[in-house]
Amino acid sequence: MADMMQFDLVSPEKRLASFEASSVQIPGADGDLTAMPGHSPVITTLRPGVVRVQSAEGDKSYVVTSGFVEVTAGSVSVIAERAHAGDEVRKDDLSDLLEEARAKAASAEADQKDGAEKFVADLVQLLEDME
Amino acid sequence: MPNLKDLKNRIESVKSTRKITKAMQMVAAAKLRRAQDAAEAGRPYAERMNAVMGGLAASVGNSDGAPRLLAGTGSDQTHLLVVLTAERGLCGGFNSTIVRLVRSRIADLQAHGKTVKILTVGKKGREQLRRDYADLMVGHVDLSDVKRVGYANAAEIAADVLARFDAGEFDVASIYFNTFQSVISQIPTETQIIPAKFDAPEADDASTLYDYEPSEEAILEDLLPRGVATQIFSALLENGASEQGARMSAMDNATRNAGDMIDRLTIEYNRSRQAVITNELIEIISGAEAL
Repeated sequence: MADMMQFDLVSPEKRLASFEASSVQIPGADGDLTAMPGHSPVITTLRPGVVRVQSAEGDKSYVVTSGFVEVTAGSVSVIAERAHAGDEVRKDDLSDLLEEARAKAASAEADQKDGAEKFVADLVQLLEDME
Repeated sequence: MPNLKDLKNRIESVKSTRKITKAMQMVAAAKLRRAQDAAEAGRPYAERMNAVMGGLAASVGNSDGAPRLLAGTGSDQTHLLVVLTAERGLCGGFNSTIVRLVRSRIADLQAHGKTVKILTVGKKGREQLRRDYADLMVGHVDLSDVKRVGYANAAEIAADVLARFDAGEFDVASIYFNTFQSVISQIPTETQIIPAKFDAPEADDASTLYDYEPSEEAILEDLLPRGVATQIFSALLENGASEQGARMSAMDNATRNAGDMIDRLTIEYNRSRQAVITNELIEIISGAEAL
């Protein structure tokens, strides 16, 4: 089918999702992007955020923290270090990570400080969006 | 002549040993299933990761700005051996085969005048290596409190290794673990993790030209440390499955041996019981004849 593509979401511990989707909205490191069938091949890193998937069975969302996405014309693969299905995730899961990220940002070397602080800011934004 | 009571006690004790080894075998079988499932579940992530990094490494790897994790420090003087073993014994040759591989590797490296450092994960490997190489040990990761190895454990080990690399403590790092082949066969394996090595991407992968956001270098910079964690994680999972497999077959053997021993002891017991009866009869008969 031309208007569908394969969507995979894998974390190191398990494969969270694998089904046909019509569009996927991805929180890329340099900004959000929406992939639809026939998208040009892209590899991008993720910032903490929500992946929204539209499929024949309805919309699904997943919270991801970091990792990367591989988009080709016929498939989207999200390779996330941590991922939760949207209705499973609770704020507690993420607040641990936030603490960790804050500590890391505070102790980071000058050349990595920007990246670490951006990560914290993204997480804070994500937590606010979830409320 | 062995005492009848002693023999009887002996048989009882071997019987209870057999019960224990049988139980351990069944526990290992159940855990093996879970470990295999975990290893199976982790595979797609590792495969994707390697495929993407392999592609990136091929295009960025030869330029001057290649990250140190990929290009190396330019020397191979100091080697860090990360040795993954079990926290518990009673699993046959599982720990010894890894340690044997590590020992031969150390001897090899030292013969070439290299400096060797050892980081152990798992109590058993540390115990065996400490005897000969106590001065080479730079660290130990204790997983004895961890019920189920998760990605977080691997990430911690990776963070430790990467911190040492950034501090310039070593040039080359490899991990040692057992690859799970089957219940009766686990293969001790060596994998180099720093500098990172990838299988050449397949031809049809290379034909897809990707756009990279941000740049290729930035993505690679971001992914390489994760790649180290991923490799350690898959090694931990393989090792976990191998350990349970090895324990299962070791305990199966032990159960069978205990059964053989019980048979032998029972025959001996019956023989001596018969001898005692015969003896008593002779005494009674000769006593009666003397009257």
